[in-house]
Amino acid sequence: MSSLTEKDRPIVQLLLNSGTCPRCILRFCCVGSQALYRHPYKDLMKDLKEFLKNNQEKEDTVCSDVVDPPCKRIRLEPTEEGPDDLNHNGALQQIPSVNDENTATENSAVKVCNVCLGILQEFCEVDFVKKVCQKVNSSDYQFTSFVFSVSLPPQLSVRERAAWLLVKQEMGNLGLSLAKDDIVQLKEAYKWIIHPQLSEELGVPADGKSLFEVSVVFAHPETDEECHFLATACPDCFKPAKNKQSVFTRMAVIKALEKIKEEDFLKHFPCPPSSPQNLCVALEIQCNNGAVFVAGRYNKYSRNLPQTPWIIDGERKLESSVEELISEHLMAEFKADSFNFSSSGREDVDVRTLGNGRPFAIELVNPRRIHFTAEEMKGLQQTINNSSDKIQVRDLQLVTREAIGRMKEGEEEKTKTYSALIWTDKAIQKEDIAFLDDIKELKLDQKTPLRVLHRRPLAVRCRIIHTMKSEYIDEHHFRLHLKTQAGTYIKEFVHGDFGRTKPNIGSLLNRTTDILELDVEVSCLLFIFLWN
Amino acid sequence: MAAAGGAERYFTRWYKPDVKGRPCEDFCVLQHSNRICVITLAEAHPLLQSGKTIKSINYQISANCSRLQNKVSGKSKRGAQFLTELAPLCRISSSDGEEYTIYSCIRGRLIEVNENILSNPAILQEKPSTEGYIAVVLPKFEESKSITQGLLTQKEYEEVLLKRLNSSS
Repeated sequence: MSSLTEKDRPIVQLLLNSGTCPRCILRFCCVGSQALYRHPYKDLMKDLKEFLKNNQEKEDTVCSDVVDPPCKRIRLEPTEEGPDDLNHNGALQQIPSVNDENTATENSAVKVCNVCLGILQEFCEVDFVKKVCQKVNSSDYQFTSFVFSVSLPPQLSVRERAAWLLVKQEMGNLGLSLAKDDIVQLKEAYKWIIHPQLSEELGVPADGKSLFEVSVVFAHPETDEECHFLATACPDCFKPAKNKQSVFTRMAVIKALEKIKEEDFLKHFPCPPSSPQNLCVALEIQCNNGAVFVAGRYNKYSRNLPQTPWIIDGERKLESSVEELISEHLMAEFKADSFNFSSSGREDVDVRTLGNGRPFAIELVNPRRIHFTAEEMKGLQQTINNSSDKIQVRDLQLVTREAIGRMKEGEEEKTKTYSALIWTDKAIQKEDIAFLDDIKELKLDQKTPLRVLHRRPLAVRCRIIHTMKSEYIDEHHFRLHLKTQAGTYIKEFVHGDFGRTKPNIGSLLNRTTDILELDVEVSCLLFIFLWN
Repeated sequence: MAAAGGAERYFTRWYKPDVKGRPCEDFCVLQHSNRICVITLAEAHPLLQSGKTIKSINYQISANCSRLQNKVSGKSKRGAQFLTELAPLCRISSSDGEEYTIYSCIRGRLIEVNENILSNPAILQEKPSTEGYIAVVLPKFEESKSITQGLLTQKEYEEVLLKRLNSSS
């Protein structure tokens, strides 16, 4: 064990005696060589014991030979108690197979580490790795890298603290110091060991930025109550929160450990920590893929289709919705858990969307499939368009999360183009509506329409009708094409909303008017840059 | 296609006749499917009969309370004056010396009173069911269905009108 030096010996001896596993011992000796932690458990144990014997030998003999000749090994008796030795007899056989046999029987009686509770022992072994990979493979995800996140029980922080205090004290006796930050973190060492194994088994690299997350939650019920003493010492760290089961969360425990005085800690918690009976358990192994975003534009040809499902008191009032018709097929292909639909503005149930179509984006949550070629996206688009004549989509493509922000920004700047079918009570002639074509930049004052006043604040909105073009149909009907500022209530501009939109078509024509049909054409100049 | 035409297409009409025992002082409450109610004069109201001229409309209903000072904020319309069925909304005097009080007819928050009729009282008589409305009231969510219990449907009101016709002849 070339990484350890003379000054580490008392620490190694101390920790080994108290029931700490080799890897945790290396951590407290600030050994930073990742490769060393990956050595097999029994090799590490063997090497540690040798290291101790070496130094003992140095005390016994004048020989400064670092390498141990077999005869010397055999001569020495194992004097340490603690985690079981490789060989009960105290004599190490040369024949590997016999060694293995012995170690096999010994491993079954390996004591659980009093600091890591088995995380750096059992949960670094190939069996656990296989278990994790089995879960990943059976979950049928598509991924090119992974991030492995681990949730450790809070009492590990407490035990770590106790071990550090123990080591610090011992170092102090030797006139040496040990900073908490020099100790290798448990999670870090664990990832050094397990990442390469997972990577090998899954065939993809570990990447901290990966969207595919494999997460494991560890628990150790046997020692759960070890944190409780912190509540009496630092009560303000543990406030019960509504949605948390236990007050003793990892963050709360860490905060309390920062606050508590050393003397108080040592009063309530054994130092060194006691050896537990059982290992940690891996409660759940979960997989999750980061969301993917699909964007495009939609046209709406139905006058009876809401944007989102229309459900009141559990009863669906209108069949289907824009978002369901588009998302249904995407959910199936991407095999996602759920979706979030958003669009750049929206229209009423009874309004058609014509022109280039309205930009939309769908977030697909936890998709199993994430790779789609441009051809496959085209195929998806065709499937959606074949499935319904109420909506049609175009420019369907995968985009980044940022694209959605830009889509929403563009909402305010748009000029909207509408086509309205208008009815009048008193008869009209062509001449009566011709003047509308000459009105430019008409300023409106629109109070919040009565039809949305139940859920919007009362306010007056100033909006501009840029241009109008009329089309005479008969004595009681004409079509009006309008270009307006975004956010203008067209229906209210036509019928006046009890005189709360002024001026309005009714007041301009001096008649009672109503809107029979409305179509909107979304102009998408801004979005030519966003989508292909 | 457009029956009544205009903005009132999506409203249900409810009636309160002879309010406070005063004959023919009938009101019509237009209730939208979203709970919003518009208080208007019914066709039979004396103010809407031929020959009546409106002299003044006053939203100051008491020393401390002017409906014009009603201010609401936010989606839930905080700060609104709360109305009971017989809370006065305004007082209207006609040139023949008569004075009429317009009542809320329903419980709820006062959202707005129609200021257009102050500047142009004629529209109250010309278009009582649309531009000539009196006030907009938002009932409590829990009470939105029960507020119509004290009111008559169109059919029931027509029967009342019929009875009046028969009893006067």
